[in-house]
Amino acid sequence: MPYNLKEVVANKPSRFTSGHRMCAGCGAPPAARMIMRALKPEDHAVVSVATGCMEVSTFMYPYTSWTDSFIHTAFECAAATLSGAEAAYKAMKQQGKIDNTTKFIAFGGDGGTYDIGIQSLSGAMERGHDMVYVCYDNGAYMNTGIQRSSATPHFADTTTSPAGSVIPGKMQQRKDLTAIMAGHHLPYVAQTIGYMNFKDLYEKAEKAIYTEGPCFLNVLAPCPRGWGYPTDMLMQINKLAVETCYWPLYEVVDGKYKINYKPAKKLPIEEFLKPQKRFKHMFKPGNEWMIEEFQKEVDRRWDELLKLEEITNRE
Amino acid sequence: MSIRERLSGNEAAATAMRQINPDVVAAFPITPSTEIPQYFSTFVANGAVDTEFVAVESEHSAMSACIGAEAAGARAMTATSANGLSLMWEMIYIASSLRLPIVLSLVNRAVSGPLNIHNDHSDAMGVRDAGWIMLFSENNQEAYDNTLMAHRIAENENVMLPLMVCQDGFITSHSIENIELVEDEKVKEFVGEYHPKHYLLNQDEPIAVGPLDVQSYLFEHKAQQAEAMKNAKQVILDVAKDFEKMTGRKYGLFEEYKMEDAEVAIVCMNSTAGTTKAVVNKLREKGQKVGLLKLRVFRPFPVDEIAETLSHLKAVAILDKADSLNAAGGALFEDVTSAMYVNNKHVPAVNYVYGIGGRDTREDEIEKVYNDLFEIEKTGEVKNPYRYLGLRKEAEE
Amino acid sequence: MTNINPSTPMEKMTPGGDIYEAGNAREFKTGDWRSVRPVFLSDKCKQCGLCFPVCPDDAIPVNEEMKREDFNYDYCKGCGVCAKVCPFGAIEMKEEE
Repeated sequence: MPYNLKEVVANKPSRFTSGHRMCAGCGAPPAARMIMRALKPEDHAVVSVATGCMEVSTFMYPYTSWTDSFIHTAFECAAATLSGAEAAYKAMKQQGKIDNTTKFIAFGGDGGTYDIGIQSLSGAMERGHDMVYVCYDNGAYMNTGIQRSSATPHFADTTTSPAGSVIPGKMQQRKDLTAIMAGHHLPYVAQTIGYMNFKDLYEKAEKAIYTEGPCFLNVLAPCPRGWGYPTDMLMQINKLAVETCYWPLYEVVDGKYKINYKPAKKLPIEEFLKPQKRFKHMFKPGNEWMIEEFQKEVDRRWDELLKLEEITNRE
Repeated sequence: MSIRERLSGNEAAATAMRQINPDVVAAFPITPSTEIPQYFSTFVANGAVDTEFVAVESEHSAMSACIGAEAAGARAMTATSANGLSLMWEMIYIASSLRLPIVLSLVNRAVSGPLNIHNDHSDAMGVRDAGWIMLFSENNQEAYDNTLMAHRIAENENVMLPLMVCQDGFITSHSIENIELVEDEKVKEFVGEYHPKHYLLNQDEPIAVGPLDVQSYLFEHKAQQAEAMKNAKQVILDVAKDFEKMTGRKYGLFEEYKMEDAEVAIVCMNSTAGTTKAVVNKLREKGQKVGLLKLRVFRPFPVDEIAETLSHLKAVAILDKADSLNAAGGALFEDVTSAMYVNNKHVPAVNYVYGIGGRDTREDEIEKVYNDLFEIEKTGEVKNPYRYLGLRKEAEE
Repeated sequence: MTNINPSTPMEKMTPGGDIYEAGNAREFKTGDWRSVRPVFLSDKCKQCGLCFPVCPDDAIPVNEEMKREDFNYDYCKGCGVCAKVCPFGAIEMKEEE
């Protein structure tokens, strides 16, 4: 059935309710809610969330924002925790102890996924559990107050990579986690964002949830506080991330790359950087090299992706 | 009729797990407990159990997966040792705080560093306040029996706490001894099925597990855990009674070996109790009134019962197979002396840290401890309460 | 209603902090976080649907006819994301009084 946003929102229940305590304008809840909406209404889900903004804001005792079953254990092990629940499901279903259809979805921020949780994630994916791991990447440890992670973009000003007079922000480039997950040769890996009616996000979530085996989604989730832009600009930031090719929308299905959106005219990276205070120092006179270097890396990664698409789709 | 077998401690633990037939086992190899998941995966591979075996990439994930499985409504088990338990440490606390009756087979080994793969109790002592029920086992038979009793204790609705069964690495885990096994069917009936009240996989009642628990709530949740630990004591005794009915083998909170008329006694755990029993027998033949208190239930700590049992002694030695490195004696010593103090029983007590990193503890060394106790009895003086047994040192202490 | 609050004695609290009423965060109102308020101008709205999914707080109700209704101020935190995406000027942000 072709995607119809209005139908989806009107007819499928919200499984991530109001009353959570994420910041005003946070990019994560709309993404997570849409991913959860991709579940068939009759299916049950077990959601595992890594310690981080999303966890502390959606299950502060005694209130949970999840209408499905939910588990949080610690920062680095949302994947391992969920793998245990999935193993339990398999065993109990086999023995006839339960008869429902349950889907398994993990959410972790970039800190809990790219950094401290990467071992647990890699292990769970390699073992082939029938689950989806969703990274909501906001590019730093936002819950503890904007510390740099390996997902933090080059030169970004964070509280542990401050833009100082000698060192101008984070000196390392961003880890490419989606590529690392593609390297696990999973049945489905995708990078997405809330853009254009959320079609891309919804369809990828649906594929990930209903493809058997371990699947991975990387979702860029802007953070107004950590990135330093006005709270109302969420969707504009999302758009710029895609249109500058900073955050390409693509999927890898059984090893074949498919870029889901190619901007007719790639916008210069300044457009994405400019509205964000974390990149402010890059626009000071004399720092043009930083923008050039950033642009070069965005171009290099985009070209690499175009090549991968071409190579993996050759007959 | 029970089955007579010859098994190592690890085989005994794995056999108990096969008979329990848990839904999920998640484990990672580490010496000396590695054999347990090895044997168990053979059972899985040969269809002897219905278990999903999750070959995790670390012990942290082993415990995380056990937590996920148990919260989902399954019975989950694992096994580990030393650094494996250290890596699990964060999740050990979370397992008990989420009130998940996971059962872990802990094959005791020295925690690094420096690296050492041999037995002492530093791994177990590192989690002694983590909210787990901790049972210690002298030999393969006890490791087996404790494992069979584990779920009945842990899953009791007044308890709902995880439980670890400890045995000494190599000394019992790799020694083949005679053992009496219970028939599979009887074990199945004894252990029973697990029907948790609330669980993740129940679509009719979705639940949320593992909240952010702020200042208004964590204190009460911790106190609930403490209450459950208190409740566990009676449950352990009740389950032991049922177990005795099935097997004839009697278990309490601890074993009193020739304590009734003893003037001096040793308190210790796990395999050292076997060596100590031999020494007790030998000294008794010489007419010396010596005894042994072998602790089985370390958590919950049987405060009043221990104080009562030791109260008539003239001197007592508490043997710790882990040094607390605190200039104030080992963990067991602290617990025993504290139990005596709050019960207003004053008996001269001395602590021996021994057997660190698998150092052999011989009969003559245990005999020396009894002699030291007689010396204390005679002089009424404990010159140095914090002692070592079997440590090389330039000058005698 | 969730019957647990900071006066609840330990005996009445759920063990382990489990919650058995999934989605009960709806009982927790976040509307008082708001310093600016979105005002829905229904006559300008073309029911394009751009605003419903962007609301982080699920504070834009959508009815069975697939039409949006007025804001749910119990939860709206006033971020303004909806107003910014509206192509028809049907959402106006106003200072809270």
